[in-house]
Amino acid sequence: MSDALIMSGRALRMSRRNVDALITSLALPVMLLLIFVYFFGGAIDTGTRYVTYVVPGVLLLCAGFGSSNTAIAVVEDLKTGIIDRFRSLDIGGAPILAGHVVASAARNLIATALVFALAFAIGFRPDATLAGWFAALGVLLAFILALSWLSAAVGLLAKSPEAAGGFTFFVSFLPYPSSAFVKTEDMPSWLQGFAENQPISQVIESLRGLLLGQPVGWTPWIALAWCAGILLTSVAASAWLFRRRTA
Amino acid sequence: MTITRRNAASAADAAHAAHAASSAAEPAPAIEAAGLRKSYGTHEVLRGIDLTVPRGTVYALLGPNGAGKTTAVRILATLATADGGTARVAGHDVRTERARVRRAISLTGQFAAVDEMQTGAENLLMMARLAPSAAGARLSRTEARAKAAELLTRFGLTDAADRLVKTYSGGMRRRLDLAASLVGAPEIIFLDEPTTGLDPRSRKELWSLVRELRAGGTTVFLTTQYLEEADQLADRIAVLDAGTLVAEGTATELKQRVAGHRLDVTVADSETYLRLAHHATYSDPETRVLGIPTDGSAAEVRGLLDALDPDRTAITSFTLHSATLDDVFLTLTGQPPATAPQDTAAIAAQPTASPTAPLKDSSHV
Repeated sequence: MSDALIMSGRALRMSRRNVDALITSLALPVMLLLIFVYFFGGAIDTGTRYVTYVVPGVLLLCAGFGSSNTAIAVVEDLKTGIIDRFRSLDIGGAPILAGHVVASAARNLIATALVFALAFAIGFRPDATLAGWFAALGVLLAFILALSWLSAAVGLLAKSPEAAGGFTFFVSFLPYPSSAFVKTEDMPSWLQGFAENQPISQVIESLRGLLLGQPVGWTPWIALAWCAGILLTSVAASAWLFRRRTA
Repeated sequence: MTITRRNAASAADAAHAAHAASSAAEPAPAIEAAGLRKSYGTHEVLRGIDLTVPRGTVYALLGPNGAGKTTAVRILATLATADGGTARVAGHDVRTERARVRRAISLTGQFAAVDEMQTGAENLLMMARLAPSAAGARLSRTEARAKAAELLTRFGLTDAADRLVKTYSGGMRRRLDLAASLVGAPEIIFLDEPTTGLDPRSRKELWSLVRELRAGGTTVFLTTQYLEEADQLADRIAVLDAGTLVAEGTATELKQRVAGHRLDVTVADSETYLRLAHHATYSDPETRVLGIPTDGSAAEVRGLLDALDPDRTAITSFTLHSATLDDVFLTLTGQPPATAPQDTAAIAAQPTASPTAPLKDSSHV
C-alpha cells in the first residue's frame, strides 16, 4: 500500500509538469461543451434545454479521453527502463499502475470540476439532492477508475506511444453511439440496441437521472456493475500482461 | 566523492565473511551461475553460461552487441527467468529467493532509469523510500531525505538537485542513475554498459566511482563492449560471444591466451598481402600490415620471417609488440571489438555483426 502511495505521488508530480497534456485535457472539456451547446445544440431536440441534456455526455467524453492517456504514461515508463529499476527494488506491477490510475483520477476530477463550472455559467441547472450529487460523482469516479485501469492494460500491450494514442481515439469515439449527445430513439434501429445497452449509456443515464433528480431505477447499479467488471478484468489482465511484458 | 562508507549491516556481513573465511569454509561467492540458458522465440541468446564472481571484486562481462550481455544481467538481477541452469546471487537462488536477491543487489541498466519530469532530489527521495534495506525494512521519510541528500553530495549533484532531470547532461544523468542504485547500500551492483554514450570525462568519472565502490567492499558486475574498460576496471573478465563464454580470466591471463606477442610485418605489394593474409590475426590493407601471433622469441620470429618470405623480397619491415586485449578479442570471437569508447556514433552505425561474418578487410581468422 505504501508503495502505491509513493507511486501515486510520483505520477501526480509528473502529470502536473506535463504542461502540454495538462492544457489539452483541460481545454478539451471547455471546447467540447461550447461546441455541443452552441454549434449542434440548436439543431438537436431533446425535450429539455440542450445544455442540461449534454453535460453528462461531455463529462464522459472528457473522462474517456483523460483516462485513456494513462496508456501513454505506461508506455513511456516501459520505454525508459524505470520499471526495471522498480522491479529490482521488488516493487510489483500493481503499485506502479495504481500510481498512474490515481494521477489519472486526479486529472479527470479537475476536468470534471471545470465542466461543471462552465456548464453552470452557461445555464446548466441541475436539480439533484446532496445524495444525488454524491451518487453521480461516485458513478463517474468508478467509470474513470475502470477506464484508467483498462487503459493501463492497453499501455502494457502497446509497443509505442502512437499505438497507445490509438486507444485514446477509440475511447473518444464510444460516447457517440450512445445517449450522450442525441436520444437513442433518433438512431437507426440496428444501432439502438447497442447504443442503449453499452456501458457508456448506462453511466450517462445514471448521471443524467441523478443530477436532474429524476427516477433512475436500477440504472446506476447496472453502470457500477459494468465499471466493476471492466476494472476487475483490467486489473487481472494487466497483472498478466505486466509479467509477460517484463519477463 | 568517496564511496567507502557502508551501512552497519553490511559491515557486519563483511566481518562475518572474513571470520568465516579464516576459520572454516569460504563465504559464498557474490555470484555463482551454472549452465544458464535463455531463448527468445527460436533465437538462442544464452547457450549455457557458467561463472563465479568472488565477493568484493569487479567482474566484467565483455562482448560485442547482441552477444547476450544484457540478458545475462537481467537473469542474475531476477528481472528475467532463465530457461535452464541455476544461479545464486549473494547466496540466494535467483528463481526461488527472488525477494532476498533483490534486497542484496541493485541494477543500473543501459538507459538512465530516472524520471525526466522529476528533479534529481525527487528521484533519489523516491528511490530511497522504495528501497528495502538489508533487514527488509523501509526507510522513514526523514531517513530517506537524509540518504538522498548524502547521495546528492557524494555524486556532486547538490547544485542541480532541484532541477528537472530533463535539463541534465548525459554524465549527470548517469551519476544520478548510479546514485539511485545505491540508496539501499547493496552488496552487489550490476552495471549494464555503464559508459555507453558518455563523453570521455564522464567515463573517467564513472570508472573512479566503480573503483571507490570496490574499495568500499561492494561487488561490481559490469558489462561492456570496450576492452579498455574491462582492462582498467575488472579483476576478472569473461568474454561472451553469441551466447557462449569463449574465455574467462584476468586481463593478463587473457592476453597470454594469444601467444603473448604479435609480429607486424609490412609487405611489399598487395599481391603478397593477399597471399599471406590468412596467417594474420590483424590486418590493415591501407598500410599492407599483417599481424601474426608469436611467442616473441628470436628463434620463432626468425623462423616466421623465413617461412613467410623465403626469397627475402616480400617483407619490407616489421615490428614486434605484446598482444593487446584487441588481439584476444579478435582471436576468440572472430571479430574486432568496438574500437574506442568515445567513438559511439561509429559503433551505433555498425551493423550487428554475426560471429561468422567476414571482417571488413580481407583477413579471415
